[in-house]
Amino acid sequence: MFNFFLLILIYSGIYALMAIGQNVITGYGGMLSLCQAGFFAIGSYATAILATQFGWSFWATLPVAALLSAVFGLLIGLPTLRLKGDYLAIATLGFGEIVRNVLNNWDSLTNGPMGIQKIPMPDLFGFTINPYRKYAFLVMIIIFVIIAYYLFQRLARSRMGRALTAVREDEIAAQSMGINITKYKVYAFVLGAAVAGIAGSLQAVFSLSVTPGTYTFMVSVMVLCMVVLGGMGNFKAAILGAFIIQLISYFPQLTGLSSVIPPQFKQILFGLILVVMMIWRPQGLLGREEHTYGKKHAQKRGSK
Amino acid sequence: MNELLTIDDISVSYGNIKALQNVSMHVNQGDIVCLIGANGSGKSTLLKAIVGQEPLVTGSITFDGEEICQARNSTEKIKKHKFLTTDVIVSRGIALVPEGRRVFADMTVEENLDMGAFLVRDENLILERKQAMYDFFPILGSRRKQKTRSLSGGEQQMMAIARALMSAPRMILLDEPGLGLAPLVIADIFEKIDLINKQDNVTVFLVEQNARMALKASTEGYVMENGRIVLHDASSSLLENEKVREAYLGE
Repeated sequence: MFNFFLLILIYSGIYALMAIGQNVITGYGGMLSLCQAGFFAIGSYATAILATQFGWSFWATLPVAALLSAVFGLLIGLPTLRLKGDYLAIATLGFGEIVRNVLNNWDSLTNGPMGIQKIPMPDLFGFTINPYRKYAFLVMIIIFVIIAYYLFQRLARSRMGRALTAVREDEIAAQSMGINITKYKVYAFVLGAAVAGIAGSLQAVFSLSVTPGTYTFMVSVMVLCMVVLGGMGNFKAAILGAFIIQLISYFPQLTGLSSVIPPQFKQILFGLILVVMMIWRPQGLLGREEHTYGKKHAQKRGSK
Repeated sequence: MNELLTIDDISVSYGNIKALQNVSMHVNQGDIVCLIGANGSGKSTLLKAIVGQEPLVTGSITFDGEEICQARNSTEKIKKHKFLTTDVIVSRGIALVPEGRRVFADMTVEENLDMGAFLVRDENLILERKQAMYDFFPILGSRRKQKTRSLSGGEQQMMAIARALMSAPRMILLDEPGLGLAPLVIADIFEKIDLINKQDNVTVFLVEQNARMALKASTEGYVMENGRIVLHDASSSLLENEKVREAYLGE
């Protein structure tokens, strides 16, 4: 039982990374993207293939996974980010499905629907982080989440965060301020993709096998739910949202009611959460985080 | 007089509809030039073309000796076609106060001004300019920590102008600064525009439906009808012009 709770925490951490990425794209950039699962899958398969076929260590595959996801983010971001709202959602949804179908059918590389098994466990200074001993793995995931949180928090306070905020609020006004809106949107998209790739890499070494069935459209929807539930434009909220959604999706197993409550129940629940949130608390549980750029400048100057 | 902005024979189409037809005009350094015309005459399209948001079918636009927009000429190679994006054009020293103000409503006044100085990297310079704006528009100074959405229409318009001035532009394009505002507030804003022009030597290009205010405030005026420039004269002469009086001043 306690072990099961640790498992939920680990999945929360992996999804929190994806939610952080989604938050950059949707919460800050204002782009409704539905392909985090695609980048997640690319990261997972990059690690799986490099580790099993080329014998790379996990730590070597991690940057490749991030980079590969980022490259795909760039490739699909450049043409699709001209689209807005629903159209962007449809285009990115399509991308996520394309990734999954390619993984399903490119037998020579991905072993098709069978997936890739026997992914080696990650080592760190001679110590094997065994996913069956969940503590060590949980610590690693938490460190990843903290690093990602810290980096993205800094990013949000930077010039780029300001530019994205302006773009989200009003594109025409942002352009009139001299902001290259395409550039910043693509940046956000690429960064969101990269962190999802890292999450995918961690997922691969946690489950020690990858199959295309893991990376369905539902994953993207869940990640979006996490961001909306927690609060758009707030990285803490994305992490909180990831934890709550994971808790809910494992609720039947956690309470021992899995024989009574069908697994489809969680999808109904996600829909319900989204509807309820939109009616009573559209800003999410924690709401948007206010960054005070001006104040910081003033303080800096005062201390000189 | 030095020509700052030259619009040479430009046309813009929306599909089959010709929004602008062979429009030529020029704005001299240090002037206030206004463009008046009825709804749908193509005024806003012209401004959009200047800042690179509408592709030109013919002609070209030159700012300070540099060609910023050029029509895609079918006889030449496509790579010769020059088309700067809005942010690059803005960085050349043109500031746009868009129609309907388009303030960042969820940001405070101060943050809006910070956004206006996005291209300025020197923080001390930003602080200096912000202070100058608060001195120039005292109402903004007293509201600097307020969310912009809580400001009145006139205050928002002033903020939009202040935000545009934060980049220290050489030329400011104003799209209907008087839209939806009370006559007294409009008078106040036009007074400020005049001061900006005289004190800071910023060239002003003004697009207005309120022909009387615009002509009184400006030195030179253009009249646009159905996507064409039909009249061009000194503003004082246009105020006396029979046709203008009848069509735009309601006399």
